[in-house]
Amino acid sequence: MSTLEIKDLQVTVETDDGPKQILKGVTLTIGDGETHAIMGPNGSGKSTLAYSIAGHPKYTVSGGSVTLDGEDVLAMSVDERARAGLFLAMQYPVEVPGVSVANFLRTAKTAVDGEAPKLRTWVKDVNGVLEKLNLDSTFSQRSVNEGFSGGEKKRHEIAQLELLNPKVAVLDETDSGLDIDALKIVSEGVNRFRAQEGKGVLLITHYTRILRYIQPDHVHVFVDGRIAEQGGPELADRLEAEGYDRYVSAAR
Amino acid sequence: MTVVDTARESVASALELGRVESHLNPPASYDLADHPVPTGREEVWRFTPLKRLRGILDGEPSSDCLTWETELPEGVTVSTISAQEARDLGELAPNERPAALAAAHSGGAALIDVPADLETDQPITIRLHGESVDDLVWGQLLFRVGAHARVTIVLIHTGSARYSAISTFLVGDGATVNVLTLQDWADDAVHLGRDAIRVGRDASVKHTAISFGGDLVRMHANVEYAAPGGEAELLGLYFADEGQHIEHRLFADHTAPKTKSHVLYKGALQGAGAHTVWVGNVLIRKVAEGIETYEENRNLVLTDGCQADSIPNLEIETGDIEGAGHASATARFDDEQLFYLRSRGVSEKEAQRLVVHGFFNDLIRKVGVVSIEEKLLATVEAELARNVLGKELP
Repeated sequence: MSTLEIKDLQVTVETDDGPKQILKGVTLTIGDGETHAIMGPNGSGKSTLAYSIAGHPKYTVSGGSVTLDGEDVLAMSVDERARAGLFLAMQYPVEVPGVSVANFLRTAKTAVDGEAPKLRTWVKDVNGVLEKLNLDSTFSQRSVNEGFSGGEKKRHEIAQLELLNPKVAVLDETDSGLDIDALKIVSEGVNRFRAQEGKGVLLITHYTRILRYIQPDHVHVFVDGRIAEQGGPELADRLEAEGYDRYVSAAR
Repeated sequence: MTVVDTARESVASALELGRVESHLNPPASYDLADHPVPTGREEVWRFTPLKRLRGILDGEPSSDCLTWETELPEGVTVSTISAQEARDLGELAPNERPAALAAAHSGGAALIDVPADLETDQPITIRLHGESVDDLVWGQLLFRVGAHARVTIVLIHTGSARYSAISTFLVGDGATVNVLTLQDWADDAVHLGRDAIRVGRDASVKHTAISFGGDLVRMHANVEYAAPGGEAELLGLYFADEGQHIEHRLFADHTAPKTKSHVLYKGALQGAGAHTVWVGNVLIRKVAEGIETYEENRNLVLTDGCQADSIPNLEIETGDIEGAGHASATARFDDEQLFYLRSRGVSEKEAQRLVVHGFFNDLIRKVGVVSIEEKLLATVEAELARNVLGKELP
């Protein structure tokens, strides 16, 4: 049972010309077990929404609220948010040289659960997840994201999603840069996650392609820092046919 | 080209070795008059706080010594020889005052002899321990490794002293030598060390300097080549805490063709007044055609109030080089790395610990001395726990 509630969220970012507002009042509720897709053109603020929910220091919340099961997410530090059950799969995962995937996964799992995972089942769990994502067994000995191909980085993000098993996952353009085979593998991982009871997904994407593999319950069109239109899966089909032009010109 | 021309050229290139001196490195000499007491303005002394050398440069004779504890593989011997015998065996002459003083006042050198063809996995371990910073100790060590031998040499410095040492490693043709010196001194120690390596034909040498403790530590690692085909990998790891001065000076002198040098030093700094210096000099002489060299220094600044100086220098006298390059970077924690780790639930302190662990882990895996790797990782952890990062760790 989990609900992520975003109300009138306003976010600014510091620029050379002073603070610039990126999110201009976003309201969105991801109810228990729901998958929401946010679609929009480049520069519409989709990623800002993802990073603001996760608490990236670059973004300043100037108004509104975000709660997870009633708890004030904005009052939490970055790591507290993760421990509360939020997960962000990043568009550009960061390299951490010298830290092995195995060490990283175990450290994160220990932090999220508040106790170290049982060694025997943990190794089995890790290997199982890596195998399903078509990552070979030497993968866990490599340094986090260092020298990974684009596809490996995204599959590694989904491996973390499955192993850390949060309440709500925010996927920021997880589909970008993936070929069709990798896209299927990644989508299957997300579908395994959301097949569990009560898991929420906020899927941020530029393209409708991934929605063929991950069927959303709700689709939101994001333009100029706001939600411009909402609907069911059929809205994605319309975007596929018509593009974003209509919304972009309306926002001007 | 006539035979005479060719002969003339080879004579010229032989002379070249003596004549072309690197302006970055004062000429080698045993004569103390060639190494006047520095004022602090000299290029090679400008980073070093001379007062904190506690009078070592005055060069008073002293019979104080460090206690020695040695573990030797079968076949390796240790003996004492006179300073003159050390020179006759080919000791590499001092190129700065503390090393020249050490040679002048040591009262004899320790000769560690590894016979030709000896191959052993058991390291030569020498533990040097000082009792007090009041002790002024002059050290002189000569390691002679015979042709085709394969050996690991570990020198561990603990306790306290004012210690200045001149060490030479003569590596025979085709030998494989792994040298590690660990400076794990108490907080008040002063250590000036000059390690110089002469690499034989087709020999391969790894030298790792690890400096954690001491008030002031200044180490030289110099390498030159007796013949073509030699390879040297110079590694270093240092961790400077509040008030510590840790200085590493490298000199890869490519004196023969087809030789290689690869330098990688990594350091971390934390606490007010922590100061590290890394100077990496590479000289590619005219004779040294077809060589490869790369040097790299990375520093991680963990708190405010630290200073990391990092200077790579490359002097090239020949146009025929396989590869030559250098890199130097000094940075604070990468906010994006910390954000990534924290977004997975890892606390800020733990994220910082992971990043530093990773920063050094790469290098520790290269050291290749199994008996010491775990100790190094543990020491890095302890250094982290000691200061900034530790206070909130369980």
